[in-house]
Amino acid sequence: MNVPILSDLAAQGKNPEVLFWVGCAGSFDDRAQRVTRAFVHILNHLNINYAVLGPEESCTGDPAKRAGNEFLFQMMAMNNIQVLNAYEVKTIITTCPHCFNTFKNEYPALGGHYEVIHHSTYLQQLIAAGKLRVQGGPFAGKKITWHDSCYLGRANEVYDAPREIIQALDADLVEMKRCRKNGLCCGAGGAQMFKEPEKGTKDINIERTEEALGTQAEIIAVGCPFCNTMLTDGTKHFEQNDQVQVKDLAELVVEGLPEIKA
Amino acid sequence: MVYLSSVLFALVLGASAFFFARSIGRVRRNITLGRKVKLDTSLATMMRVALGQSKMVVRPVPAVLHLCVYLGFLVINIEVIEIVIDGLLGTHRVLSMLGGLYDVITAAAEVFFVLVMAATVTFLIRRNVIKVKRFQSREMSKWPRLDANIILWTEIVLITALVVMNAADQALQRMGHAHYPETGAFPITAHLVPLFMGMDAGTLVILERAAWWFHIVGILLFLNYIPYSKHFHIMMAFPNTYFTPKRAKGHFPVNERVKQEVTLMLDPSQPAPEDTGEPATFGVKDVFDLSRKSLMDAYTCTECGRCTSQCPANLTGKALSPRKVMMDTRDRMESVGRVKDANKGQWVDDGKTLHDLISREELWACTSCNACVEACPVNINPLDIILQMRQYLVMEQSQAPEALMVMFSNIENNGAPWPIPATDRFNWANAQ
Repeated sequence: MNVPILSDLAAQGKNPEVLFWVGCAGSFDDRAQRVTRAFVHILNHLNINYAVLGPEESCTGDPAKRAGNEFLFQMMAMNNIQVLNAYEVKTIITTCPHCFNTFKNEYPALGGHYEVIHHSTYLQQLIAAGKLRVQGGPFAGKKITWHDSCYLGRANEVYDAPREIIQALDADLVEMKRCRKNGLCCGAGGAQMFKEPEKGTKDINIERTEEALGTQAEIIAVGCPFCNTMLTDGTKHFEQNDQVQVKDLAELVVEGLPEIKA
Repeated sequence: MVYLSSVLFALVLGASAFFFARSIGRVRRNITLGRKVKLDTSLATMMRVALGQSKMVVRPVPAVLHLCVYLGFLVINIEVIEIVIDGLLGTHRVLSMLGGLYDVITAAAEVFFVLVMAATVTFLIRRNVIKVKRFQSREMSKWPRLDANIILWTEIVLITALVVMNAADQALQRMGHAHYPETGAFPITAHLVPLFMGMDAGTLVILERAAWWFHIVGILLFLNYIPYSKHFHIMMAFPNTYFTPKRAKGHFPVNERVKQEVTLMLDPSQPAPEDTGEPATFGVKDVFDLSRKSLMDAYTCTECGRCTSQCPANLTGKALSPRKVMMDTRDRMESVGRVKDANKGQWVDDGKTLHDLISREELWACTSCNACVEACPVNINPLDIILQMRQYLVMEQSQAPEALMVMFSNIENNGAPWPIPATDRFNWANAQ
């Protein structure tokens, strides 16, 4: 797959318009890698002037911060800022709401000032501007429910962009009872992704998946690699993973690209 | 006689004001136990959220009931102003000089007698008969439940006093009693007047005066109860929403103490930071390390439990309850205050911290999803406290769950939370 790396471009004296920050999940997690490739496919398809950091990328420090390790967070952040500022990065796009949130809100106090865009907003803007044309074919009339990620929704009030993408795909957007401001967490936030849950009566992802399945949607759309994992696990728990798919917005858009259709 | 009653009233009013001012002084002192932080201010937020109750509408049934009590409180307070003036000057229904407007005020107050009464009775039923789930959690122990019932019963009793007062007054008005000139409009209590018409004027005057005194003394006692009660929200909601942070909910501010250390570590040539008077602790060990805003949050909490009922951890049976975090913070702040009072204003270590009230099991169950922050009708932020307490556990005590410790070392060594070498980071581009 053809992916421009920032250091290569810089060596040629080029400075791309946007940096695609892949993130740890997008780089290492098998499922999230597929989302990364889908998003890169869209960027390439539209000839966007972008690059990734590649091997120079590192953890934003967000999971450490949420778990109370502010030291480690700031060490990671300051190192990342050094790299990003050296390349004079102005705009960062991420497919992870956690990377998005910390870049946007927490990096400025440490000297990292960037325009930060989550891929849901980025794709929605491209569609609205007429640059990205999607066909509803594969989704026409299909029920899709959107799971609001905490760090995209409540944390940063991005509620409409993902919904507009789903509607642009001619899909039948069905809402869960707990949506938008009242959206229920998938259970992975606050560094829960990296530990076992505390003693309780139920796992949070089961509670949320139950609600998503209750909408009768054929696809649960997400915009976060951790939500993706949690809800996919949930559909497996209910043995619904054959009937109901958990998909990232980038994957839905790729399927909606006219050229891709078989 | 009139003179004597005015003096007595002034004494009662003065004593009540004195004790109330002392309570406010105590609250102020306790809030200032916390760290001074730069606060955002927003009059618009206060008007919308506190005055306009915009976040109550999410739950329509309690919202309507609460609105009845809230508006009733405002309207009936006009009558309290009248009672205070009457009490001090020896006048009777002094605001009747407003003429037609007085009819509007008294009539509106009477309508609210019914609405407030209906709402408070419904609230009592919701808490004690229907047992609405969010009032039954573990932290709703004996005192919080009693506190809620005291508030509701007090409101019922105080309104009843006003009903008796108005009815007796009208009976006297109809008798043409010299001290009770015809005034006001009483669409509700007018129906009760026949019950009082059989009494002689002397008895009615005693009844009217007794109800009057009972009501105002009751109000003044209640006023002094409020700063010890969850009901304090009727005052604290205003400053607390006024000082709502403007940052995005996902923005958990950079810890400045840590920033000093990290800056120095990455660039040792930097001059050592000056002593800013910031506490030496990383994260929150006790109420002293919390911001004054968090402590104000704790006093503002009226234990409605909307936060806890929306908390994904609590919903799935975990020990965490954001409401308990706020109640524990307030309880700890009050105990610290009592220790100071007992030691001439000096803090003497009592061997306890906030961590004795809020357990690690609770702190580690949080998903930082902000549902509690969103749910709070008065913009309290339990998440801020939880995350800062985690900072203390991790940075001062190395007490994170084992899996998180592993995650930390992965980030440190591989630049990723998983044990995958950093050199593999770009492999995704080659896979299919």
